[in-house]
Amino acid sequence: MNDVNGPIIVLSDVYKYFGAFAALTKISLAVDRGEKVVLVGPSGSGKSTLLRAVNRLETIDHGTITVKGRNIYDPKVNLNHLRTTMGMVFQGFNLFRHKTALENVTMAPRKVLKMPAREAEKRGLDLLHKVGIADKAGNYPGQLSGGQQQRVAIARALVMNPDIMLFDEPTSALDPEVTHEVLDVMVALAGEGMTMVVVTHEMGFARQVADRVIFMDQGQIIEEAPPAMFFENPSSERTRTFLRQILPF
Amino acid sequence: MTLPYKKRKIDQALARQRQSGSEASITIEIGDGAAIPRTDDPGLYSAWKFVMIATPALLLFLTTYDYLASALLLVWPEAGWGREVIEKWAIAENNTFRRFFVFMPDGFLVTFQVTVYGICVALALGVLTGLGRISKIKALNLTASIYVEVVRGIPLFVQLFYIYYAVARFVPVPPMTAAISALGFCYGAYMGEVVRGGIEAIDRGQREAAMSLGFTPFQTMYHVILPQAMRTILPPIGNEFIALLKDSSLISVVAVPDIMRRGREFASTDYSYFEVFTVVALIYLFVTLLLSKAVSLLEIKLSRYERR
Repeated sequence: MNDVNGPIIVLSDVYKYFGAFAALTKISLAVDRGEKVVLVGPSGSGKSTLLRAVNRLETIDHGTITVKGRNIYDPKVNLNHLRTTMGMVFQGFNLFRHKTALENVTMAPRKVLKMPAREAEKRGLDLLHKVGIADKAGNYPGQLSGGQQQRVAIARALVMNPDIMLFDEPTSALDPEVTHEVLDVMVALAGEGMTMVVVTHEMGFARQVADRVIFMDQGQIIEEAPPAMFFENPSSERTRTFLRQILPF
Repeated sequence: MTLPYKKRKIDQALARQRQSGSEASITIEIGDGAAIPRTDDPGLYSAWKFVMIATPALLLFLTTYDYLASALLLVWPEAGWGREVIEKWAIAENNTFRRFFVFMPDGFLVTFQVTVYGICVALALGVLTGLGRISKIKALNLTASIYVEVVRGIPLFVQLFYIYYAVARFVPVPPMTAAISALGFCYGAYMGEVVRGGIEAIDRGQREAAMSLGFTPFQTMYHVILPQAMRTILPPIGNEFIALLKDSSLISVVAVPDIMRRGREFASTDYSYFEVFTVVALIYLFVTLLLSKAVSLLEIKLSRYERR
């Protein structure tokens, strides 16, 4: 097991089809421990599918995906356990609507790890504090704004002490004036050395945080480069077209 | 019990809810059962209030009109032309409404008992069937689907006869057991569809969030999906309860002494069908409306965490 050395996520030659539609074509990608990778691209380009394939919310049709040196399709691998090492944040928050903010965070440690209630609550409150909404611990998701819900969702994903955080368009469903609430939390998390794979349209975030920006189109990786190079001097014409469309300057 | 209608209603409600994307507004409307007096339907709500007052008032009047007549004679002793009629009304023994009203309580208890047991059986079968219907395991799915299709295709009345009379050739079934199992078996299939609808109405993201946290499929179902589905499911289950209460009147044909049976026994001695079934109808109406109010209160309570 190359648990410590080598890349923490490896995709090689991955294909995924929805019927006849090729959502992912010949994807090969390695993410190092501590690395921040930002996936950008037009909608339908397969970036979310790629992200979801990493923790097997989406099954692939060809190729291999290994996380921490373990093939996620190996029947000997405990998928549920492997998933706890990857926190996932969704575009639509997906908070458990029948549970309070704190219960949303404590549920996984209590039910999956069988952690005692008091210990889980302490951890949960610490995390809610960290994302800045400890005062809303007793509120139900329906009583929170989008930005607050997404921060609870980040706390919930962090509670299992994951090695990797996967963000699937975490700010796309938010009002523009509150996206910074969520981005600030993500920037702080990046500063702590978390491995992050982020699908986003926030180019400012990509520029500031990413070690590498990957541009996808039509299920393929078109270009990958450090943000400075990616934004200033992209090598592919398609990348240039895309950047012109989303960065009006 | 027209099922295609029922199913269409559920499917429409689910489709509407998927489109709007908001879980807050889900209401699964069921065709039969009493109409739920929601406060956002003012016409129905006033109708509910009217009947809720009129029914017990009428019942009270019918069971005590002889006392009223006696009282009338006291305050108006000089009554001329109508006196004979009023005197006839004032004879207590002639009040068949009251005679039946005091005769039937044990029947009412039996009705209620059968309804409660029946709903318990239906609920257990319904959850199993609902889970079976969404199961990816072919054998389970097929078994549940066949059960639903078969039961929905046979009238409850026929099922009741079948269990009590036809099965009796091999195993004698006591009337109570036959009644409860027939009602439970029949309503279990309908309940299964309600459970399935409730589970499928839960946003896919809830399951994904749970899975991404390392929940097993069972934990996901038990801790995340079912508690939320319950909120959607409980009102229609309440509705099924009401429908089952009404349909339980059929069990009188298999010698279960429910309110209907007691009514027939009573009326057959002196042909007082009018009085007896007026009382029976008013009692069913009263209880049904009371329960539908309870269901509407339940709906409000269950939506508490959706309120801002």
